[in-house]
Amino acid sequence: MRQWRRVANEAMQFSVSTAKFIALLHVTDSYLFSPILAHGSSMLPTFNFSGDVVLAERLSHRFGRVVPGDVVMVRAPDDPNMMVGKRVLGMEGDKVTFVDPASIRQYRKTTVVPKGHVWIQGDNTKESFDSRSYGPVPYGLIQGRAFFRVWPPNGFGFVDD
Amino acid sequence: MGTQKGLWSFANKFFTAGVLGLYITDRFASVAPVRGSSMSPTLNPGTTKLMGLSTDDYVLVEKGCLRNYKFSHGDVVVFRSPSNHKERQIKRITALPGEWIGTRRFYDVLKVPEGHCWVEGDNSSSSMDSRSFGPIPLGLVQGRVTHVVWPPQRIGAIERRRPQDTISRL
Repeated sequence: MRQWRRVANEAMQFSVSTAKFIALLHVTDSYLFSPILAHGSSMLPTFNFSGDVVLAERLSHRFGRVVPGDVVMVRAPDDPNMMVGKRVLGMEGDKVTFVDPASIRQYRKTTVVPKGHVWIQGDNTKESFDSRSYGPVPYGLIQGRAFFRVWPPNGFGFVDD
Repeated sequence: MGTQKGLWSFANKFFTAGVLGLYITDRFASVAPVRGSSMSPTLNPGTTKLMGLSTDDYVLVEKGCLRNYKFSHGDVVVFRSPSNHKERQIKRITALPGEWIGTRRFYDVLKVPEGHCWVEGDNSSSSMDSRSFGPIPLGLVQGRVTHVVWPPQRIGAIERRRPQDTISRL
């Protein structure tokens, strides 16, 4: 009887500390930093085609500190389960001139970013699906700002704005 | 020495409680107040009195749906306003990606784009919703409203329902 109680006590303590650990992991990941595996060609040459590991900080977008030039992680407007990394080129009220990649005659268009939205574009303008196709995205879709590259070793350091 | 130890243990407990609280409200469920009458009579019917004072409804917001962003017709959801990321709104989903929706404003039908949804308030006369700002990305959704938890006489589940006039508008 006494032995059982001790085992139950230990199991209890173990599960409590595991729960605490998972909760701490979750809070660090969603309120401080989270690692992101960047892939795809849309952010060349800032990020390589595959396998760049980037740290994203998840604080500044909560305080509205995102400024043009930042590389942000955004929930894709056409698929909420996917995150895309793009560069912010315009905030609300900014005038943006762009060429719609889908149009046959490559006219330049100018548009004003509406209230509460941002204009995001990939660095590789030839192979990027971004605001030029689907328009400005709501600021609320921003999930973090990429700021530090961990891998590969020769790119170790801050992500330039 | 004793006070320092007590202070440390208090700070430790406080921090642990905060972390656990954040984890639960982010992953499982949280409680949020409802403001405004855009979802009346489902939420805030405006007739609730608690000890003689009119009071707002408090609702339970379930977060499990954010793992795969699967929603169905008639779900009441909390989402970040597309025009102001600090503001959150509660509305009912009336159309999902790929469906056609009739809009009174344009006298036309509109296809809801991939990854978006159409949200409307139950009280259509005083509701700022997709009829004015268009379809919203599902990524803005923050949770699904399942129950009213306060005041006591209003406690109960919120049913999933389709607004009756959808068919007539199409």
